[in-house]
Amino acid sequence: MSAATGSGLPEARGAARLLDIRDLHVTYATGEGGLPAVRGVDLTVERGQIVGVAGESGCGKSTLASTILRLQPPSATVTGQVLFDGSDILTMRWGALRAVRWAGASIVFQGALHSLNPVHRIGRQIAEPIETHLPSLSESRRTARVGELLEQVGLDPDRARSYPHQLSGGQKQRVMIAMALACDPHLVVADEPTTALDVMVQAQVLGVLSDLVRDREVGMLMISHDLSVLADLCDKITVMYAGRVVESGPAKQVFAGPLHPYAGALSAAFPRVGDPAARFAPAGLPGDPPDPRNLTQGCSFAPRCARAAEECLPAEPPLETYDDGRQAACVRIDRTHRSSSGVETPSVETHRSSSGVETPSVEPVENPGETP
Amino acid sequence: MTAELSAEGVRVEFTTRSGRVARALDGADLVVRGGEVLALVGESGSGKTTLARTLVGLTTPAAGEVRWKGETLGRSARSLKALRRDVQLVLQDPLGALNPRHTVYDSVAEGLRIHKLVTKTGPSETERVAAALSAAGLRPPEALFLRYPHELSGGQRQRVLIAGALALQPSLLIADEPVSSLDASIRGEILALILKLREELGLGVLVVTHDLGLAWNIADRIAVMYLGRIVEAGPTEEVLTAPQHPYTQALLSVVPEMDRLEPIVLHGEIPDPTRIPAGCRFHPRCPALASGEADAVAHLCRGTALPILPSDPEGHRSACHLVAQRVSTPLDHRGAPLDHRGAPLDHRGEGTP
Amino acid sequence: MSSESVTPAATLSASQLARRRRTAAWRRGWTQFRSHRSGMVGLGILTFFVVAALAAPLLAARSGLDVTTANGPVLGPPSSEYWLGTDENGRSVLTLLIWGARVSLFVGLLATLISMVIGTVMGLVSGYFGGWVGAITFRITEWFLVIPFLPLAIVLSTVLGRGLFNIVLVIGVTSWPGTALLIRSQTLSIKERPYVERAQAIGAGRRHQITKHVLPNVMPMVFANTTLTVAIAILTETTLSFLGLGDPTRVSWGTMLDDAFQVGSITTGSWWYILPPGICVVLVVLSFTLIGRALEEVLNPRLRARQ
Repeated sequence: MSAATGSGLPEARGAARLLDIRDLHVTYATGEGGLPAVRGVDLTVERGQIVGVAGESGCGKSTLASTILRLQPPSATVTGQVLFDGSDILTMRWGALRAVRWAGASIVFQGALHSLNPVHRIGRQIAEPIETHLPSLSESRRTARVGELLEQVGLDPDRARSYPHQLSGGQKQRVMIAMALACDPHLVVADEPTTALDVMVQAQVLGVLSDLVRDREVGMLMISHDLSVLADLCDKITVMYAGRVVESGPAKQVFAGPLHPYAGALSAAFPRVGDPAARFAPAGLPGDPPDPRNLTQGCSFAPRCARAAEECLPAEPPLETYDDGRQAACVRIDRTHRSSSGVETPSVETHRSSSGVETPSVEPVENPGETP
Repeated sequence: MTAELSAEGVRVEFTTRSGRVARALDGADLVVRGGEVLALVGESGSGKTTLARTLVGLTTPAAGEVRWKGETLGRSARSLKALRRDVQLVLQDPLGALNPRHTVYDSVAEGLRIHKLVTKTGPSETERVAAALSAAGLRPPEALFLRYPHELSGGQRQRVLIAGALALQPSLLIADEPVSSLDASIRGEILALILKLREELGLGVLVVTHDLGLAWNIADRIAVMYLGRIVEAGPTEEVLTAPQHPYTQALLSVVPEMDRLEPIVLHGEIPDPTRIPAGCRFHPRCPALASGEADAVAHLCRGTALPILPSDPEGHRSACHLVAQRVSTPLDHRGAPLDHRGAPLDHRGEGTP
Repeated sequence: MSSESVTPAATLSASQLARRRRTAAWRRGWTQFRSHRSGMVGLGILTFFVVAALAAPLLAARSGLDVTTANGPVLGPPSSEYWLGTDENGRSVLTLLIWGARVSLFVGLLATLISMVIGTVMGLVSGYFGGWVGAITFRITEWFLVIPFLPLAIVLSTVLGRGLFNIVLVIGVTSWPGTALLIRSQTLSIKERPYVERAQAIGAGRRHQITKHVLPNVMPMVFANTTLTVAIAILTETTLSFLGLGDPTRVSWGTMLDDAFQVGSITTGSWWYILPPGICVVLVVLSFTLIGRALEEVLNPRLRARQ
C-alpha cells in the first residue's frame, strides 16, 4: 500500500491517527481585509472510519477539505496542525507533500460533473495521477490498473475509452471516485459527492463509498449539507457553522437527537418520509447563512436562533464535551446529558448490515430533530 | 369552472443527432387543481420538467393536448399569453432566472407591464409590486426595489421570483425545483411560503422535484414519473407509506435514513429515451420481476405495454401489471382485463377454461 | 409627487424610480472607470484631441489651409514661427494637423456609428431568430466578412466617387461584419439564459424579449467593441486617404501622410511632415483601445458583482 508513495512518507505508526486536525485556522486575504473561513477546528479520522462534516455555504467545510492537502492560495493564513499519519501536512517539505497528495490522501471535489477535462478520454484522466506517482509503471500495467479501478466503482472497464460528455452524471461522479482511488490512498475526502445526483444514483455512489471503506480500511471524510445522507453513511458527524464546530458525535445520535439548535434545524430540514409530524410542517431558519466577513459578537448563530438569550451574546460558546463523548457549543444546553428539547436521547447501537447500510438496533427517537 | 390545468396523453419528442427519436415525455395525463399542492417526482430523464414546461406552453407537444379551464390550449401567441396570465412558472436557479441588469422592481413589474394589468383606477404599479413582494415574504418591500439580483441572498432571490409570479395574481403556480439550489436551513421558509400561498390565496401548486422528502413535507398529492410516463399517482400519504409500484418502492427505500425499508438499489441507470424497453418500460430493472415475485405476470411485463395512467384526482393508481393483478385482474395494452394466463376475459369477467 | 432627494421609494412613480436607478448606475460605473488608470489616460488623450478638433477655429486660422495664400518656406523645418514646420505649399503643418483632426475624428466616429448599427441589428437577428431568417442574415454576414476589405473599399470609392461622406459609407459598410459576428455569438448564448425563458413564461412576446432582455445584456459588448471599431475606422480613413481615395478638398491626417509621401519627405528628411500625423493617429487609436478595455471591465456584470 505505501509502496505507492515511495518517497519518505513515514510508515503508519500504531498510535498515530490517520488524520488529526488540531486547532485549524484559515483566513483568506481579500481586498477588504481577512476573511476567516475556518476558526479553530479539531477533527480526527481513523482508518476504516467515515466521518461526516455537515454545514451550509460559508461554514468553512470546503476550505477544511482543501486545507488537508494544503491547497490554499499562498496569500491565505493557515495556523494549527493537520497531522496525517503523525506528520504535519502544513509544514511538510515540498517533496513529502507531493507524495501525500493523492497517494496518501485524495479528494473527490465538489461539482465533479465539471471537474473532468472534456477533451481527454476518462481512462487517460484516471491514469494521470498514477503516472505522476508511479512513473516506473509500464503502460500495460497502468491500463490494467485503470480497468480495475473502474470495476471497483461499478463501471465497465471498456468505458475508459469514453469521453466525459458520453457519461451520465452518476457515471462521471464514479469516475471521480475512481480517480481519487488511483494511488491507493489511506484517506479520501469527499466534498459534496452526491449533491447533484438523483436519489437512486446517490444510493449507488454511497454504496460504492461505503464498500470502499469497509474493504480497504480507507478513512473517509465526507462533506455534505444533507444531514440525512451523512447519518446514513457516517460513523461520526461534525456540524460546522461560521467556521467552527458546533456539534460532534455519533452519526445517528446527532441526526436523531441533536444538541445544538443549528444541528437541529439542519436535521429538520430533511424531513423523514413517513413521519406524520413532518406533514405540512416545513422547518427552516430565518435569515441567511452567515457571511464570514460580518460575524456578530458572541455566538455566531444567535441572530437566527430561537433560543438565543442574554448569555449567548458576550462570547462565542466553547465546545463542551458531555459524559457520553458528544460535543456541542451552546450555552443554552443543560449541563447534564440532556438534548436541547429536554428529552433524554438513548444511546443507539448500530450494526453494519451486509450491504454496508447501518441499521439501528433500537427504536428511533419519537421526535427527531425537533427544534424547541 | 374551477381552475384546472390538465394534460391528456401529452407526448414530447425530439430527434437526436444520430437521427433517432427520443421521447422525453411519452404520454402523460395530469390534472392540477386550485387549492392543492401536487408533487411531480422523478429522477433526471423522467420527463417531469418536460411535462411542467408543456403545461405552460413552453414546449409544444407532439401529441395530446393541454386544457386550461376546459378549453384546449392553442398554439397561437395570444392563447399562450392568456394562459400565462393565470398559470405562472417559477424556475429553478434563481440567480440565472433573474436578469442581472434589472432591478428587483423591474423584474417583478415585468409581468404587469407585459399584460398591461395596471389600470388608471386600480392600484398603481408601485403598489402592486410592493404587494407582491410582501406576499412573498419580503418586508419592507420598498427596501428591495432598487437592488440587483447579485446583491441578494439565495433565499431572497427565490422570493423575488415568486413575487414576480404572484404579481399577476395567478390561479396556478408551477415551481420547478423551488429549493434545490438553496441552503438547507432556508428551504423550510420557502416551502412554508408555498403552503401559505395555498392557504391564503387558494393557489394550486405543481411542484416538480426529485426530493421525496419535499413531497412528504408539502404535497397533497404526488405523481411519480419514470422514463416519460407517470407510473404511480395518488394522495401523498398513501403513495409514500404504502407504495404500489416497484419503482416507487425502490425510490423510497433508498431515501437516506429510511429505516423502515430495506434498501433496494436498482442496477444501472435510466435507459436512453431513444430505446424505451418493450412491454413495461421498467421491467429490465424491476426488482419484483428479478426476484420472481411477478412471475405470474412476467410475460405481460416483458411483452405488453401499459396504457397511459389516467388522471384520477381522488384515487391512488399505478401503471404496473403486478399491481393490476393484485388489485383485480391484469390488463392488456388497451386496458382490457386478462386472466392470470394472459388470455382475455369474456364480458362476464370469467376466464376461458 | 415630492421631488426631494430623500423621498422613500414607495411614493415614487415607476419612471422616477427608473431615473433614480439609472443615475445610480451611471455614478457607480463612473467611479469604477475612474479607478482604471489606463482607461483614464486614454480618456485624457481622447479629450485632448476632441477639444483640439472642436476648437480648431480658435487655435489656427482657417485661412492657413489655403494653398494660394500660404507664404511659408517650402518644406521648412520647425521654427519659432512655424512650430511644426511647413509643407510643400508653405502651409503650417500644425494648422494642417489641427484641422485634420476634425476630419479624421469625424470620419472615424460616424463610420463607426453606421458600422455598429448595421452590425448590431444583423448580429441580433441572425443570433436570435432561427430558421431561414437567421440563416440568411448569417450568410450575408459571412459573405461580407469574406470579401477582402481593400479591393472592396477601392471599388466602392471608385463607384461612389471621392468625398467625405463616401468615405464614411465605405468604412461603415465594410467593417460591420466583425461586430455582427460578435453580437451574434453573444446573442446565441444570452438567448439560452433562464431569465429569457422566464420572460417567455411570463407572457413576453419576441419583441419584449429582444428589447428588454437580450439587447441590454448584449450592449456592454457592443460598447466595448465600438471603441475598438473607432480605432479601426480612423486607421482605415488614414489608409484610404493615403492611397489617394480620400477627399481631395479636405485635410486629414491620412491626406497629410499621403502628401508627405508624395513629396518625398522621407528622402528629404522632412520628419516634421510625416511624424506628427502618424503619431496623432497612433495616439488616438491607442486612447480608444485603452478606453475600450476599461469599459469592458466596467460593464461586465460578473466583475461588478464582486464589488
